[in-house]
Amino acid sequence: MSEPLTFEKVEISLAGQPLIGLDRTIGPGEVLTVMGPSGVGKSSLLAHAAGFLAPAFRARGRVLSGSIEVTGLPAHKRQLGLLFQDPLLFPHLSVGANLAFALAPDLKGRAAREAAVAAALADVDLSEFAGRDPATLSGGQKARVALMRVLLSRPRALLLDEPFSKLDAALRGQIRKLVFGKARARGLPVLLVTHDHADAEAAGGSIVDLTLSA
Amino acid sequence: MIRLAPAATLVLMLAPVAAGLAGTLLPAFGLVPALGGETLSLEAFRRLAAQPGLGTSVLLSMGTGLAATLGAFMLTILFTAAFEGTYIFRALRALLSPLMSVPHAAAAFGLAFLIMPSGFAMRLLSPWASGATRPPDVLIVGDPAGIAMTFGLMAKEIPFLFLMVLAALPQADPARARRVAASFGYAPVAGWLKTVLPRVYPQIRLPVFAVIAYATSVVDVALILGPTTPPPLAVRLTGWMNDADLSLRFMASAGALLQLGVSLAAIALWIVGERVLAWLGLRWIASGGRRAADRSLAALSGVLMSVLTGALLLGLLVLALWSLAGPWRFPDALPASFTLATWQHHLAAAGATIGTTLVIGLPVVAIAVTLALACLENETRRSRVLRHRSLPLVYLPLIVPQIAFLFGLQILFLMAGLHDTLVAVALAHMVFVIPYVLLALSDPWRAIDPRYGHVASALGASPGRTFWRVRLPLARRAVATAAALGFAVSVAQYLPTLLIGGGRTATVTTEAVALASGGNRRLVGLYALLQMALPFAAFALAAVIPAVTFRHRREQEPGA
Repeated sequence: MSEPLTFEKVEISLAGQPLIGLDRTIGPGEVLTVMGPSGVGKSSLLAHAAGFLAPAFRARGRVLSGSIEVTGLPAHKRQLGLLFQDPLLFPHLSVGANLAFALAPDLKGRAAREAAVAAALADVDLSEFAGRDPATLSGGQKARVALMRVLLSRPRALLLDEPFSKLDAALRGQIRKLVFGKARARGLPVLLVTHDHADAEAAGGSIVDLTLSA
Repeated sequence: MIRLAPAATLVLMLAPVAAGLAGTLLPAFGLVPALGGETLSLEAFRRLAAQPGLGTSVLLSMGTGLAATLGAFMLTILFTAAFEGTYIFRALRALLSPLMSVPHAAAAFGLAFLIMPSGFAMRLLSPWASGATRPPDVLIVGDPAGIAMTFGLMAKEIPFLFLMVLAALPQADPARARRVAASFGYAPVAGWLKTVLPRVYPQIRLPVFAVIAYATSVVDVALILGPTTPPPLAVRLTGWMNDADLSLRFMASAGALLQLGVSLAAIALWIVGERVLAWLGLRWIASGGRRAADRSLAALSGVLMSVLTGALLLGLLVLALWSLAGPWRFPDALPASFTLATWQHHLAAAGATIGTTLVIGLPVVAIAVTLALACLENETRRSRVLRHRSLPLVYLPLIVPQIAFLFGLQILFLMAGLHDTLVAVALAHMVFVIPYVLLALSDPWRAIDPRYGHVASALGASPGRTFWRVRLPLARRAVATAAALGFAVSVAQYLPTLLIGGGRTATVTTEAVALASGGNRRLVGLYALLQMALPFAAFALAAVIPAVTFRHRREQEPGA
């Protein structure tokens, strides 16, 4: 089981103007949805947690995983899994190599690592895809690979930045179910930012709606 | 380490310029203890002023440089305005990119062999059209007004300016701008000039300044195509600097300062012209005129562009012909027979100069690419783009005329005991290679989606791993192209190699230019061909290597 993810009095401002604030704890297996139109700085919340906030922004407050303050760690030690609206599979690596990139280095041995990659692919019905070029995959297949890549890195929590908005309607429901199902099965806290009410409903957790306050 | 990269890059790029300028300044005012100059004096300037024909030399430098820049600029702009988006435009774009990598000296030789009285053009016309059975006695190459030189510079600078315009175009959104203009009834050229040019020009302004500085102080092209009675200022300075009589160096240094003044004055004149044209342009835009002599301008720019590009290409072909020519009497259009004799006789000597060229060029390119990558990676990690503050600094070595600081640099290397060494030559090449590599790499690097790096970090990859496994592979094509361009720049360096190498460092370029006065066309053809072959080989490798290392991946690289 994972630890809860806590946003402790987090406030983000741009050029002195306060943009957005969050003071909530997301329990293991829970989803918190932050809703709002574009331009209110929803994504900056994720960027702050993951360690990529652009220098123009100012952030206050801490983000904790259990008792560990992740905002005090360098970005690559935070272990917060990011999913964007684009799958962002590395175009120069095969599907399998994309997954192996995420696999923790303490899993030693080529055979063991290949087996872990194969198991992850089989988990989302993509066996035999390890050698494929990401560019040859369909949108849904890419989304599934991106999800497994995040999970293989053993994240403390998931940060989702409108991850379903570029999928067509038929796929969207399917991928949503898959993502939330996997997160719940692993007991991962999930922070979802979106402008789509259907996302929020599918997530099933509590909702922070910025539409009114913005 | 990586945080020091920008500082290290600036030092390698600018310290030689600054130190060299100082080293030029002191002897110009008589201060070089090593050569017996210990008191401040204006003697060097007095001697300089007393040189016969100095005024003509200055006017030649200024006139040919400004005319060539203006010609190349106007032609590039009008051609783009008239043809952008057409099939002709794409065809020329494909031709011009490789032409940019042709060293100036090789291009100048090609043109010379084409247009001289006994050149290829006259042979094609003789005797059936011209009636000449012997080369006519007219001074076409080396004409006293520098017309051949002006056209040579113009032809060679067009590919550079064209590529700069191409790089600036996407940000001006030309297709939509022109569609909007067209919907208001503007003819294509008028619409482009009124809506796209004002947005493109600020971005190509620094490259234009670099062209002015280069064209007003060029030595190799002037030696090949330029007048000799008197020659342009920079050519005379180089002569004094290489003279056995060391006392001439005081005068040469004073002359180098004069050259700096000439080039800066030319840029100042251009800026005045900019202001006037901007004012007139705004009035023209406000006047609402819908046409700009569209048809005739389109026809004129199309014809001139084709003629100049064609001449450049044909000239290079003639060079190859000469290097393979057996007996080739005037007015025969082609040699009586072809032979490999020239190549066989000179291959060993040519091999040595190729070796020297590589020994200088490869390490310089390796260091320049490493520094450029370190600067850009540092910028990415700190998520700051320093573009606007640092861009003029990157252009500085290209805007200060080479000759103005190379003299001083030569003296400084002399004092440091580094003169005539390959290391010193490589350091001088670095000054010019770093800016081009940085300029070529910056935009594609910044075009990489930053989220790839974010994803990699979030997956637990350290900054180093993210660089080596994600960002560098994503930028591999741009890196390879920038390296090839850097190598082409190093190969083409004439003056730095000549002055800093003390005439003892023989690269393919210095050899080719040294042969200019000798009149052995077969040998000139051979060396000029080598000059072209080395950059071409580099660009060919740059195209092949990234494709081979990732041959299973479909191309979807951003920004390259």
